[in-house]
Amino acid sequence: MAGRDLALTLPHPPTAHRGWWVPGALVLAVIALVLGGSASALLGAASHIQNPLALLGDAYLRRIIQFTLWQAALSTLLSLALAVPIARALHRRPAFPGRQLLLYCFSLAFILPAIVAIFGIVAVHGRSGWVNQLLEWAGLPAAWPLYGLPGILIAHVFFNMPLAARIFLQRLESIPPESWQLANQLGFTSRDCFRLIEWPVLRASLTTTGAMIFLLCATSFAVVLTLGGGPRATTLEVAIYQALRLDFDIPRAVALAVLQIVLTGGLSLVALRFHHLPATSAGIRRLVRRPDAGSGTVIMDMAALAVAVLLVVLPLASVVISGLQGPILVSLMDPALWRATTTSLAVAGSAGAGATAAGFLLLLTSRHLALRLKQGRAALALEFAGSGILVIPPFTLAAGLFLLLRAHAIAFDIALPAVALTNALAALPFVLRILSQPMREVAERYDRLSASLGLAGWNRLRFLELPLLRRPVGLALALSIALSFGDLGVIALFGSGDNPTLPMLLYQRLGAYQFRGAAVTALFLALLSLGLFAAIERGIGGRGPEKDR
Amino acid sequence: MSITTRRAALFAGAGLLALTAFAGAPARAAEETLTVYTYDGFNADWGPGPQITKAFEATCGCKIKWVETEDAVSILTRLQLEGPSSKADVALGLDLNLTADAASTGLFAPRSGELPPLTLPVVWKDPIFVPFDFGYFAFVYDSEKIKNPPQSLDELINGKGDYKVLLEDPRTSTPGLGFMLWMKALYGDQAPAMWQKLNARTLTTSKSWSEAYGLFTKGEAPMVLSYTTSPAYHITEEGTDRYKTVAFKEGNYLQVEVAGRLKNAPHPELADKFLAFVTAKDFQAAIPATNWMYPVRDVPMPDSFNTLPTPRKVLLTSPETVRDNRKAWTAEWLDAISR
Repeated sequence: MAGRDLALTLPHPPTAHRGWWVPGALVLAVIALVLGGSASALLGAASHIQNPLALLGDAYLRRIIQFTLWQAALSTLLSLALAVPIARALHRRPAFPGRQLLLYCFSLAFILPAIVAIFGIVAVHGRSGWVNQLLEWAGLPAAWPLYGLPGILIAHVFFNMPLAARIFLQRLESIPPESWQLANQLGFTSRDCFRLIEWPVLRASLTTTGAMIFLLCATSFAVVLTLGGGPRATTLEVAIYQALRLDFDIPRAVALAVLQIVLTGGLSLVALRFHHLPATSAGIRRLVRRPDAGSGTVIMDMAALAVAVLLVVLPLASVVISGLQGPILVSLMDPALWRATTTSLAVAGSAGAGATAAGFLLLLTSRHLALRLKQGRAALALEFAGSGILVIPPFTLAAGLFLLLRAHAIAFDIALPAVALTNALAALPFVLRILSQPMREVAERYDRLSASLGLAGWNRLRFLELPLLRRPVGLALALSIALSFGDLGVIALFGSGDNPTLPMLLYQRLGAYQFRGAAVTALFLALLSLGLFAAIERGIGGRGPEKDR
Repeated sequence: MSITTRRAALFAGAGLLALTAFAGAPARAAEETLTVYTYDGFNADWGPGPQITKAFEATCGCKIKWVETEDAVSILTRLQLEGPSSKADVALGLDLNLTADAASTGLFAPRSGELPPLTLPVVWKDPIFVPFDFGYFAFVYDSEKIKNPPQSLDELINGKGDYKVLLEDPRTSTPGLGFMLWMKALYGDQAPAMWQKLNARTLTTSKSWSEAYGLFTKGEAPMVLSYTTSPAYHITEEGTDRYKTVAFKEGNYLQVEVAGRLKNAPHPELADKFLAFVTAKDFQAAIPATNWMYPVRDVPMPDSFNTLPTPRKVLLTSPETVRDNRKAWTAEWLDAISR
């Protein structure tokens, strides 16, 4: 603290930060150009402007909105209701065999490409999946059909329950051991523990986690597209895609996008502030002895953990098992697989590098504003502009870009760069979250030193910033590349047939019922994106984070 | 220092890799490439695509590049999305229902040359499109699971029977569109009410014929919207007459599949040559036993076609009526089935 105050009282060499506004302005200009260009192209192509409120008069659309909110609310409730007992069970039993593996599977659910997880869910819960095979073997009638609301809920719980459970577990682990000592002395039952110790800690994160999950489910695309099972289960996000892709109705797509922004925009900004990143390293675990860890709660915990295994571990396991049973050699020798891999690497590599660079540049300026010029509000506004992109449905953005480029007769050559650009913008909020705090810390600690050494510009970047920021930069790059690599969103709008990315190829194969071939593709995509994530995080971020300190 | 340099190199390397992957995509061949947009099933391993490619490439000294969309209505949507800058030379797989709609986009060029004598059940007057096969939409059922199949659409919708059907989406698939027009032709203003009744019987509405038919052969449902000619495939290729169709009392809806050249086709001469080839005997001979539809020329047919039922009445809506009402009827359908 003292060091920081000192740094601020010492005058900076006038040349050191002269161009402080350039990096941020550059990124802002690119964002403005993309948004403005896209919007103008959309409005130019719309034969007429449709009033978004007029859509509310359309009974079908009202049902879409209802369904969007209904499935998101159900998914959120289910995820939270399951996450609480699972987090408690994990906390109560810190040492059962397979606990680490279960937690590892929980973090996989965040980085795993959605379409791979969907494949796993179909393999377990689908009509000829594991669950129904077991039921048939036991002479029981088949479970309800997967496609429709059940499939959407199962998939949303798969993605979000582990996230919530991990957050809750962290909260439970943050409870001071003294509380548990007291609980032991007072002979608390499980219910007492929950009511008096755990609930007060969980309650705060319940709302923020809930808001985040609700938002993710309300705007979910790949899950609803693949597991919705036809036009009956459609969300706004899918309706935007359909307006463009099925009806080629640009005015409707624009009006739907405005509705979407109104419905979820406010919530996105709230959720963004609390967005939890996947914890890559487990926090310091205090070993506590809970009064309710005896045999009385064993059945309850086992039931909770069995649900976790059924919903999260089995789909992951089925990806591995079906993949290994598939025609591995034939699939790996398929040139289409390698073409798609190259395409995906190019798209994700550019998107990840672009997002990380843009985030870094934006934060250089906002950091200067906040720390050196004491313009905290302006800094916040700048970072907000970078994250605000989150409220705009990516299809609308991409469709606008597409039309803009189409006017110059280069649309399909440019489809992939357009996908990379939208993916980069989608990853930018995550990059900002990861880099913001570490970058400020570097400035707070080393501004004075670099001023006295005359370290500035490129040299400061090379000798000071990058070496110190290796780990967060590695994580930002790894995460943004992995997210783009597994994305089945915007590419679905452009990529029919000739130049699919890997997730698109998998989607096509699932649609064509080439299940065995799809199985190998799914495993390949899963291993590649996890491998990519780990390699980049370690390669740039350095050795394992726990050994670093 | 060495560490940071290495990191920087890694960054630069990743960027470079990304750039080269974009730039190095198409290595241009010396001979011309004809780009044909079609629906997925047409160019599947079992479809007519491979055989036709071979026959045409042998005569034209060119290559055919097939670009597949999920189903045939999507060909038109994709062309609209791409606009005049599309790389497509030929669109193959739209149907008669869509011809007026497609013509009104202004993206297609009139066909050139005379058509040979055709075996179509309608007189062909369209100035743009060339017909290449036809068939009748029908419900195909698994006779091991359904003993008393419905004899009419009315019975399918209102009858008892505890079975599910697989349908296609009229926004992507020409069978889906054809069925929507079929319902409209029979029920008019009552169509939404009928759709709502049919809802109870519908397992799912797939986005393409091949997806729906794949679900059917996997046993997900014992009945699927397909063609009167579909059972011929199972008889000839699999030696089984387990899958059957019924000529409905109200009649069956006709589909004529067509091909057309794009106005801005990069290779207009080649495209015209291909369109002439579409009604030539080589192309036509491949249709019955690969696309399992009726050819538009007099060519030898597999024996299995003799066992197929003929429609009691042929239903058809004029392409102009479809053009003027497609959007409204699709909205009506969506509204009815999502209730």
